[in-house]
Amino acid sequence: MSAEFTPSPILQVENVNAYFSGFHAVKNISLAVPEHQVTALIGPSGCGKSTFIRSLNRLHEETEGATLTGEVRLAGKNIYTPGVDPVEIRRQIGMVFQKANPFPGMSIYENVAVGLTLQGGFSKVEIENRVEKALRSSALWDEVKDKLKKPGTSLSGGQSQRLCIARALAVEPKVILMDEPTSALDPISTARIEELIFELKKQTTVVIVTHNMQQAARVSDFTAFFLMGELIEMGITKTIFTNPKERQTEHYITGRFG
Amino acid sequence: MKHRQDILFKNSLGLLSWAFIAVLVAMILSLLHMSGLAWEKIGFSFFTTSHWNPVKHQYGVAAFAWATLVTSLLALLISTPLSLAVAVSVTELMKKRAGRVFGFFVDMLAAIPSVVYGLWGIFVLVPLMRTQVQPWLFENLGWIGIFSEVPYGVGILTASIVLAIMILPTMSSLLREVFQTIPLTQKEAALGLGATKTEMIYLSVVKSSKSSIVAAMVLGLARALGETMAVTMVIGNRNDWMKSIFSPAQTMASLIANEYVEATHDLHLSALALVGVTLLMISSVIQLVFRAIYARGRK
Ligand SMILES: Nc1ncnc2c1ncn2[C@@H]1O[C@H](COP(=O)(O)OP(=O)(O)OP(=O)(O)O)[C@@H](O)[C@H]1O
Ligand SMILES: [Mg+2]
Repeated sequence: MSAEFTPSPILQVENVNAYFSGFHAVKNISLAVPEHQVTALIGPSGCGKSTFIRSLNRLHEETEGATLTGEVRLAGKNIYTPGVDPVEIRRQIGMVFQKANPFPGMSIYENVAVGLTLQGGFSKVEIENRVEKALRSSALWDEVKDKLKKPGTSLSGGQSQRLCIARALAVEPKVILMDEPTSALDPISTARIEELIFELKKQTTVVIVTHNMQQAARVSDFTAFFLMGELIEMGITKTIFTNPKERQTEHYITGRFG
Repeated sequence: MKHRQDILFKNSLGLLSWAFIAVLVAMILSLLHMSGLAWEKIGFSFFTTSHWNPVKHQYGVAAFAWATLVTSLLALLISTPLSLAVAVSVTELMKKRAGRVFGFFVDMLAAIPSVVYGLWGIFVLVPLMRTQVQPWLFENLGWIGIFSEVPYGVGILTASIVLAIMILPTMSSLLREVFQTIPLTQKEAALGLGATKTEMIYLSVVKSSKSSIVAAMVLGLARALGETMAVTMVIGNRNDWMKSIFSPAQTMASLIANEYVEATHDLHLSALALVGVTLLMISSVIQLVFRAIYARGRK
């Protein structure tokens, strides 16, 4: 499998191995994530999707005992070069988690603004504009514009998740990583977020982990199939779902295991 | 159909709880009864004056009440940031095992008897205060009223420091338990946004635990207000208004401990009981105030 076909990759992953205190969870993965596209990561439970996506913004190393080898290049620069500040990387590569996690004790507005406040150097007006833009992009503006001061935790599950997307968008990241963002949501909320993901690629690049193959087929341009810590194949989504190269991929997408 | 065993169990536990409350009420009533004489003879001026002279039958609690409040609040002022620091280090900064060991030792502080704290205060802290800390503060900051007392070693601040150490384990272990229950997802929310570790601790841990911090303060203060032995040993036992935070003074609890043995006169004994009532009232009011703050914070 090679990553040659991808037009202008924003992320280039080379020989990434990730470990949990010696346990080899992600095995020698190389792939490229094309800019302004949606890339889906699929594979059975425990195959290392979360571990892999968390190595793309250096969140993997926050787990005690977790280590990693290999390179991840963001716009050509290796984020694992010694001396690179992981905090800086995470400002450029946002993340949305499986379970919506707005900050308790912060209003809706503050939740979206917090990334900007952390970075500093934004005027009040700039922050207001960015917050509104992010809330519009995450299709939440109309629902919350009259209650921006309410606690972020007062929203429904689907709204909270869109709030978290807005929070990630507000800092205008180059890439947004999403780890099963809809797995805790009802079908209607899920559909809204899927529409949203489709819109998001105009402004950023999306990498999404999903258990739901229909979802991968619906939202993504490229799909990578993982199995037991290894990348089995990656390609244009349509091809992966209609005409995969590998037998294991075919088995998985036709539901014969996983 | 209900099981007889369940009914028996429920009723006997119910009885036990009511018995507790009955004992508590009986204690308060007998304290009130004992203090009746002093209340009759002295009246409201007991609370507003500060002359305490059993020989002349002068009894006023104001200075002791004030000293009690100051020592306890000062202890809280020292202990709150310290216990936050301990709880944050143990749960967020140290490796898991190191954190457990460290936390264990802090908890052990709670098992040390009060009198041992008092001894430590007398042999270590008092000389240190007298020969090092106070002379320096007196020389350099003496022009500020609160540092204006000449060095004795014993006094308000010394008692506050001992108290602060004594309430530290209570406060920090409560905070530690709260911090431990903060979900990982909430911390990753901050890290994923590009928060530094310090910013993450503020955003995800401290900021969302405000009401628990108040709860820890309630517990710490409750213990500090009533603590007797160690305070009696290091506060200097001077029946007078404090002039500075170094003044030897007397808290309500230390006053009772110091005088009840020699109190032969009925009025003197009764006045001491009234001091007890005052202490009880002040602690209850403070508890209620903090609880109200806590309840508001939870909303
Ligand atoms: N904190 C951890 N410590 C030790 N092992 C871990 C840890 N997190 C994950 N693992 C192991 O690493 C492997 C990959 O886990 P990972 O969470 O990346 O899988 P996943 O593909 O995201 O699964 P799922 O679809 O269930 O979310 C699994 O075998 C898992 O048991
Ligand atoms: Mg996962």
